[in-house]
Amino acid sequence: MTPGGSGMAGGGGSHSAGAGRGADRGRGRANDGRGAGAGRGATGGGGATGGGGATSGSRAEVRAGIVGDRKRNLAAGRSRSDHVFRLGAHTTGVLVLAIMTLVGLFLALRGSEAIRTAGWSFLTEEDWEPNSLRFGIAAVLFGTLTVALIAILVALPLALGTATYISEYAPAGMKRLLVGIVDLMAAIPSVVYGLWGMFWLEGAILPVAQWISTYFGWIPIFAVPNFDAANPLATPTVFTASAFLAGLVVAMMVAPIAASIMREVFAQAPEGEREGALALGSTKWGMIRSVVYPFGMGGILGGTMLGLGRALGETIAVYLVISPVFVIQPHILATGTNSISSLIALRYGEASSFELSALMAAGLVLFGITMLVNFGAGIIIQRSRSGAAS
Amino acid sequence: MNAISTAQTATPPHPISPAYAPGAARPRAPLSQIEARDVSAWFGMHKVLERVSLAMPGGKVTALIGPSGCGKSTFLRILNRMHELVPSASLAGQVLLDGADIYDRSRKVQEARRHIGMVFQKPNPFPAMSIYDNVVAGLKLTGVRASRDAKDGIVEGSLRRAGLWKEVKDRLREPGGSLSGGQQQRLCIARSLAVTPRVLLMDEPCSALDPTSTRVIEETMTELKQDVTIVIVTHNMQQAQRVSQQCAFFLAEQGTPGVIVEYGDTDAMFAEPQDPRTADYVHGRFG
Repeated sequence: MTPGGSGMAGGGGSHSAGAGRGADRGRGRANDGRGAGAGRGATGGGGATGGGGATSGSRAEVRAGIVGDRKRNLAAGRSRSDHVFRLGAHTTGVLVLAIMTLVGLFLALRGSEAIRTAGWSFLTEEDWEPNSLRFGIAAVLFGTLTVALIAILVALPLALGTATYISEYAPAGMKRLLVGIVDLMAAIPSVVYGLWGMFWLEGAILPVAQWISTYFGWIPIFAVPNFDAANPLATPTVFTASAFLAGLVVAMMVAPIAASIMREVFAQAPEGEREGALALGSTKWGMIRSVVYPFGMGGILGGTMLGLGRALGETIAVYLVISPVFVIQPHILATGTNSISSLIALRYGEASSFELSALMAAGLVLFGITMLVNFGAGIIIQRSRSGAAS
Repeated sequence: MNAISTAQTATPPHPISPAYAPGAARPRAPLSQIEARDVSAWFGMHKVLERVSLAMPGGKVTALIGPSGCGKSTFLRILNRMHELVPSASLAGQVLLDGADIYDRSRKVQEARRHIGMVFQKPNPFPAMSIYDNVVAGLKLTGVRASRDAKDGIVEGSLRRAGLWKEVKDRLREPGGSLSGGQQQRLCIARSLAVTPRVLLMDEPCSALDPTSTRVIEETMTELKQDVTIVIVTHNMQQAQRVSQQCAFFLAEQGTPGVIVEYGDTDAMFAEPQDPRTADYVHGRFG
């Protein structure tokens, strides 16, 4: 994709400057073999425009001894610096891919022993006793997804509101300040959020959790076993270290990332369309709804998905606030949840070599899910950018 | 030198639209008049308009002409309260729509903009919305509820008046962004008309368009002036002559704020300009 694009740009440059570059041309031709793979894709488009184009093109064809409708090699006229830069860009691009692949391969290789032993039960078993060969990621995976979903559900409205305020309503000075604060929030290490969650938020959130469970306990996920709403002396300890708490802490980390992306996309909403809506007699809110949000939909979705990716992988903050359990815990307000990354952090220190393999396998699953989510986010952002341009 | 306030000449014969007769049946009661009184405008500390007064009567197209930077676009944007969207912008004076000040504190800004529609230099349809939804967007945005049938009627009526119906009637569900530039501009005109404005402001509506589209839009304007008051900013002298009956020449000389140098009947102004600067401009000697 990228080489094709740059090949096109290089080709265009050589077309206009081609006459003055006889020497370069010869040298470029020597490199044809190397550039062909990347250049060929671009040649189709370039050749088509050249064919329909000016007489200078046909003159060059005559000089080059080419007759008829043959596609020209447009990669030939690149300068030395262009080649060097291309090479550098290629190298780094390939390097990133290679590192990603190597990480995945490493996890797969190291986890293969555990996966072979457990088979499909690795995905369905809740318990984690690798040394007695009863282990699986059903519970931790469920916990990971629960915490991530709670985080996203809390972070999405928070991020949307923040981004809308910063991009549409805040006065200039306030805007700078808020942008700085939001970016700072994204940069705070997660262990700090974890400490905050453990020592402050947990105590502060108990009454909220109790209230939700009291009034919405009839919804299964808000029910808490061993909690009797009618008992005035009911202890709130059944609400500690819950998936809800972990989700809130992670939401604080996810919201600034999502807000940052949304704000940038909102700010790009075309002035013309904004004014068009306002000139029709729209309120500001109406304009935001009909112009800014549709334009920024890709940013909203992409930011959310990137946040989700982060939430899925969040380790230390979750590790600090949860109390790990190895059962699927659908009651999000009740004590005890788990996540893949905190499981790894918790166990790898004292793990036997087989358990280590099992942890690697769990890591592989997390790696796969996170990658899928991030790729999804990338595709959504890309697609909406190209589609939203007017 | 300064603005000629409420200097209305007697209704001239209409050179472009002989079919138009002042007493002929119109869709609505007397057309609205919009009038600026002693309007000054600033961007930050920079004053761009100096006590401009101008009456723009109904039933006519008023053209605002002048070189770049003379404040005519700012003046136009003041007429429907778009000027204040620029954070540093401020203004003084009054804008009267049928005698009532649109800047009066008891009146909502949205109300003023709904009654005084605007078509912009660059066509700005909502690209992701369908053509149909683009036309009725103003209804939705202003909270007007209409039945399906009523909406269909408004869409057809607005598109017909904007001269676009024949071209798009079979593809109303396609996105507004899929139209050509000239069609998009007429879609924007239709979108403005759908909320039945009393005045339609046009800010160089044809400057981004090809000659054919320009001609169609000019024809549209000539039709439209029978049921909505039109004010147009244009850089194109021929266009001002073709479409307008009233004309105001804006000029900002060497760092001074813009003023109206001359105002009056278009034909007279182009044939016998009173002010030498106007003569220079309309004869293409500067600007």
